[in-house]
Amino acid sequence: MPQEPPPEPAPAAPAEGAEGEPAVPNPERLYSLTGTAAGSERASIDLVTLIVAAEDPPPTLTPEQVSLLRLCTAPLSVAEISAYLSLPFSVVTILLTELMAADLVQARAPIVRQIVPDRSLLEAVMHGLQKL
Amino acid sequence: MDFKSSDTVPGPRVEDHLPHTTQAAVKIVIVGGFGVGKTTMVGSVSEIKPLTTEETMTQAGVGVDDNYGSDSKTATTVAMDFGRIGITEQLVLYLFGTPGQERFWFLWNGLFEGALGAVVLIDTRRLEVSFDVMGRLEERGVPFVVAVNSFPDAPRYPVPELRAALDLAEWVPIIECDVRRRASSRDVLMTLMHFLHTLATRRAPV
Repeated sequence: MPQEPPPEPAPAAPAEGAEGEPAVPNPERLYSLTGTAAGSERASIDLVTLIVAAEDPPPTLTPEQVSLLRLCTAPLSVAEISAYLSLPFSVVTILLTELMAADLVQARAPIVRQIVPDRSLLEAVMHGLQKL
Repeated sequence: MDFKSSDTVPGPRVEDHLPHTTQAAVKIVIVGGFGVGKTTMVGSVSEIKPLTTEETMTQAGVGVDDNYGSDSKTATTVAMDFGRIGITEQLVLYLFGTPGQERFWFLWNGLFEGALGAVVLIDTRRLEVSFDVMGRLEERGVPFVVAVNSFPDAPRYPVPELRAALDLAEWVPIIECDVRRRASSRDVLMTLMHFLHTLATRRAPV
């Protein structure tokens, strides 16, 4: 099964922060992020992007960052992080963007729908469902 | 915004941890009207207790210039339940149950864009809700199957009649299900996967 996700399009500009919500403090940072080894992780964060915490977090983190990193000792989706932290998805993506920029987390991009779907991927999912 | 201190934040149970070898996730969206059984379906097949992600929807007032500090903006919290099924040591499947109204779909970046496909869950008492949903999915190129949740007190129709009533193309699968049962919900997902596989075979270069 191919594990290499396709390159993602450039991230869209973040929405203007709504009243009472933190706006993205430094929007241009979203564009300056570069991918890690696979070259496919950009600031575009999906609900099912898997997040894994880096091994040695520095002692200078905010409580939010500490909570988030503790959750991600094993791979965890952004949706699950949002659920466990009781934070809106958009807020979690902002926190994650900061952590990604600081190399404190690794993001594993989802496999997305292709115009010509990958049959071996579909077969793997079917096989997995049969085991339920 | 209140933030729970790190001491009180719950996390996944140890047995719910994904293997470290998990490289990527795929997702399927279950879409339907209020009360049609989306959350029940997610819960019946999920290997974890269903979770909820929230997003805040802000609707700006009409007068853009004069709403600073006024209450002409209203914020609504929209929730979406989801579950998870481990597929292999490298792959995990997520299921999201989302309301049929398209305005909610934009709250979660990429909810439908990357999904393998969708299940349109319908209640025969409220078929009209489904038309708009199916139209939107077609516009977005999201392949879908239709699942009819069999409520005990809902009228039963033969599938051909439902297909006609929904104006559904003959190649789109439509099946009956009882989303309270894991096997039935799994059959719905399998129907979607077989449909996607058929599409892939058809579109693959000879």
